[in-house]
Amino acid sequence: MKVLFIYLLSLSIALLSACSSDSWNNPYPISAGNGNILYSAFSERPKHLDPVQSYSSNEIQFTAQIYEPPLQFHYLKRPYKLVPLSASEMPVAQYFNLNGERLPEDADNGEISYTIYEISIKPGIRFQPHPAFVRNEKKEFIYHNLSAKDLAEIYELKDFSYTDTRELTAKDYVYEIKRLAHPRLHSPIFGLMSGYIVGLKEYSDTLKSAVNSQSEDVSAGAYLDLNNYPLEGAQVVNSHTYRIKIKGKYPQFMYWLTMPFFAPIPWEADRFYAQQGLVEKNITLDWYPVGTGPYMLTDNNPNLMMVLEKNPNFHGETYPVGDNLESSLLVDAGKPLPFIDKIMFYREKESIPRWNKFLQGYYDASGISSDSFDQAVQITGQGEATVTQEMSAKGIRLEEAIATSTYYVGFNMLDPTVGGLTESSRKLRQAISIAVDYEEFISIFANGRGIPAQGPIAPGIFGHKYGKEGINPIVYNWKDNRLKRKSIETAKNLLAEAGYPNGIDIKTNAPLVLYFDVTARGPEDKSKLDWMSKQFQKLNIQLVIRNTDYNRFQDKIRQGNAQIFEWGWNADYPDPENFLFLLHGPQRKVGNHGENAANYDNPEYNALFEQMKNMEDSSERQKIIDQMLRILRKDSPWIWGYHPKDYALYHEWYTNVKPNKMTHNNMKYHRIDSNMREEKRLYWNKPVFWPLALFLIVLIVGLIPAFIIYQKKERGAGINNLEKRGDIG
Amino acid sequence: MVNYIIRRILYAIPILIGVNLITFTLFFVINTPDDMARMHLGIKRVTPEAIFKWKQERGYDKSLIYNSEERGTDKFTNTIFFEKSTSMFIFDFGRADDGRDIAHEIKTRMIPSLAIALPIFILGLISYITFALIMVFFRATYIDLWGVVLCVAIMSISLLFYVIGGQFLVSKLWHLVPISGFSGGLDIGKFLVLPVIIGIFSGSGASARWYRTIFLEEIGKDYVRTARAKGLQESIVLFRHVLGNAMIPILTGVVVLIPSLFMGSLILESFFGIPGLGSYTIDAINSQDFAVVRAMVFLGSFLYIIGLILTDISYTLVDPRIKLE
Repeated sequence: MKVLFIYLLSLSIALLSACSSDSWNNPYPISAGNGNILYSAFSERPKHLDPVQSYSSNEIQFTAQIYEPPLQFHYLKRPYKLVPLSASEMPVAQYFNLNGERLPEDADNGEISYTIYEISIKPGIRFQPHPAFVRNEKKEFIYHNLSAKDLAEIYELKDFSYTDTRELTAKDYVYEIKRLAHPRLHSPIFGLMSGYIVGLKEYSDTLKSAVNSQSEDVSAGAYLDLNNYPLEGAQVVNSHTYRIKIKGKYPQFMYWLTMPFFAPIPWEADRFYAQQGLVEKNITLDWYPVGTGPYMLTDNNPNLMMVLEKNPNFHGETYPVGDNLESSLLVDAGKPLPFIDKIMFYREKESIPRWNKFLQGYYDASGISSDSFDQAVQITGQGEATVTQEMSAKGIRLEEAIATSTYYVGFNMLDPTVGGLTESSRKLRQAISIAVDYEEFISIFANGRGIPAQGPIAPGIFGHKYGKEGINPIVYNWKDNRLKRKSIETAKNLLAEAGYPNGIDIKTNAPLVLYFDVTARGPEDKSKLDWMSKQFQKLNIQLVIRNTDYNRFQDKIRQGNAQIFEWGWNADYPDPENFLFLLHGPQRKVGNHGENAANYDNPEYNALFEQMKNMEDSSERQKIIDQMLRILRKDSPWIWGYHPKDYALYHEWYTNVKPNKMTHNNMKYHRIDSNMREEKRLYWNKPVFWPLALFLIVLIVGLIPAFIIYQKKERGAGINNLEKRGDIG
Repeated sequence: MVNYIIRRILYAIPILIGVNLITFTLFFVINTPDDMARMHLGIKRVTPEAIFKWKQERGYDKSLIYNSEERGTDKFTNTIFFEKSTSMFIFDFGRADDGRDIAHEIKTRMIPSLAIALPIFILGLISYITFALIMVFFRATYIDLWGVVLCVAIMSISLLFYVIGGQFLVSKLWHLVPISGFSGGLDIGKFLVLPVIIGIFSGSGASARWYRTIFLEEIGKDYVRTARAKGLQESIVLFRHVLGNAMIPILTGVVVLIPSLFMGSLILESFFGIPGLGSYTIDAINSQDFAVVRAMVFLGSFLYIIGLILTDISYTLVDPRIKLE
């Protein structure tokens, strides 16, 4: 009994110790305080923070705030517009022929042998404070040859006593481009870039043999000084200018210059991190980035939290100014960036705690999971999404952005039944495209968060047309100023014309059976598969679900053994080429290891693609795209599926937010009113004590009879006790 | 006893080899080295050359278990299985497939796991035994009856329910503790209160019933009657004599768990944002990181074997009649 009381007492002490001046349920350590801090969450730990390797969205939310490539997208303008970031002005593509003679801007694609981008960077930009730059009086780097003794007390980067900086130069950008080919790094874009940047492929071989012949210098670890190996495609012109040489013409290359792949890396950092002793302690460039951007990573514990703090050496940038922009987003126009001092990302694996913490004011923004959708969002009579009364009473607002992605169902064009470019297979695919009702899908499974796709190009990208002009006439009609899916009778007629009247194959007289290849899913996705079967059932087609694990599914796609499958694409950059190449014949999966999962290969389309891909946006380009879309819609290699819409909720103290999926270095523009947040947090999270009191009362009341029984037992005569229990005998 | 322990440790070696072999087989039945490479290199734009390079660097370009191209013992040693398994036996776990040091990761994640598992274990054990002894003390009264009913009710409900329910009531409605989070500082208490209470509470049903059964069996023995006949207080009979003699079955179930406390709890850690080891293996399976999977399975098996040996040793401590030969 005594033990139980001690235990309860210790629990009460623990509860009381939780009490502090702020709310009891504040999930942040007291040391965090209420500063100008943005609180955010992440669910998956980033694998790579080295800009040459990092390629996924959960990584770029960190790297984009730290690294500064030469260009960026304008924060407020749509369609997306490129503007200089560290570059002093927008680079101009210079075209040259085989003899090295400069060609005019409107030169014919066939004539252009290579393109040169000469990029000048702004002077005076400095790297964040970092131990790799520290030198002694003799100008020697003090942390470049660390001994085991020096490393004894070093566990994290912040354990180094001294830091320093230096000015950013063109050499740092060239160094990073060279790193794309480094044999010890696995840059996901090396394959693609070696097809464009002159000499990059050969450079990789040079570095490979250099690595193989490299003597094992223990102190320097595996450092390979790339400055000693020139690369034709990336050269320093002067301290603040560098030059990139591209094979042929590739206007989309400018978009790649907005990504951290082309951010500067100082050689000192590479040299510093190559030391074996640091590698053994997990202190690597992949873990501790070195950038020039508005923020620097000061705490990297991806199991718990990642902390970005203002870079004290940030060169300064101002909030965009401009006409024809949303006035609510221009309150801070012209003011110096960034507005927030610190960004704390906490790891939240589960959506329930994450959502509840948002409602309590402990996260400043939140996505909306399907579980909480009805609590957060209501659709008005006009079909517009708005927050519910509960959310609006808390001052929470909804921001909507159409993602530059597409989810589709692909037909394997190599399949004897659904594939091929014959009239019969084309009509079969068209019939199925009409029958699979994506409006219904979006309403049931995406809570209305999506728009039915009319082709591969997502909205907001050049080439996408809205309204009547943009409809897919194979699947839709334009009626009463809106899209109207064609009737199932139309689909049935097409199916009959394809040789399958009422779902029966006239050649074999057997019912048409098709196969839907999906990856192994949990029970929650079963309803989606049932829905899909029902869509095919409308045409009397039996759909067999072939469910495999992800690896086998990928394998089937690569081998061309799938028949009908689901797939998606997230654009790398806002250009139609980045969608239309998904159906370019030479980039098919089977045989060519490309991204064309449907293995669609139409020579007419391929020729138009080649013509369109290197063009600047113009009415001429639009005409070619229209022609390509006509071919695609007619051939229907995909059921075009839908483009998802992203809904996100923001508290009223979180401003300057213009959500989108293309630009990632947005946090420098955001602003937090931390005083308002603190007031609301305290108001919303007042502790409620009565349940504790009630619990104690119930416990005491419950123990009184027990105590009475105990007293009786202990004081009563032993023989009576035994009689009562019937233990005698 | 030393001989016995040495013998047990030697027995452990074939067990660990077997566990390693089974893990290896199961893992590579599902994932080929090519799949692993693709998973790590990303979904977009992965070239066959990049896959080859990735495998080559990590030694996944060799045969799995038997290399027919080699001669003699190299047929077995120049394989993925041999190369990846031998280092484990000297506790060199190597690097995860994303390049991070596994031993370092385990060390950093072990402490938060222990911060939650240890209080649950110790306070839980004390409360379960106390609760069971109270039920035994009040046997055949309403307390015993309702105690058992409560135990059955508690053990019938899933841990997830307690977690979500606890977070909803205590954190969301009453605002008494944070919903989730962790801190290495002095304020660690506020993050641990709820998961510890839930951890203890959810395990109380099954454990208290189990201990109650053990104590009831013990209480019918002659020495208890003698103790009572000598006029000892019932509480002393129970807490001193009965508890002492019931230690063997209690230790059997408890000591084996001690080393495994390091491994953490998947559900509690995920929902309460505790950066422990609980989800390390699951995350590794999802990301097809064989290096982490084999290290964690090896460590789990090793700790379990240590737990069994400790159990045997603990018998000799509580019962002088037992000798390990």
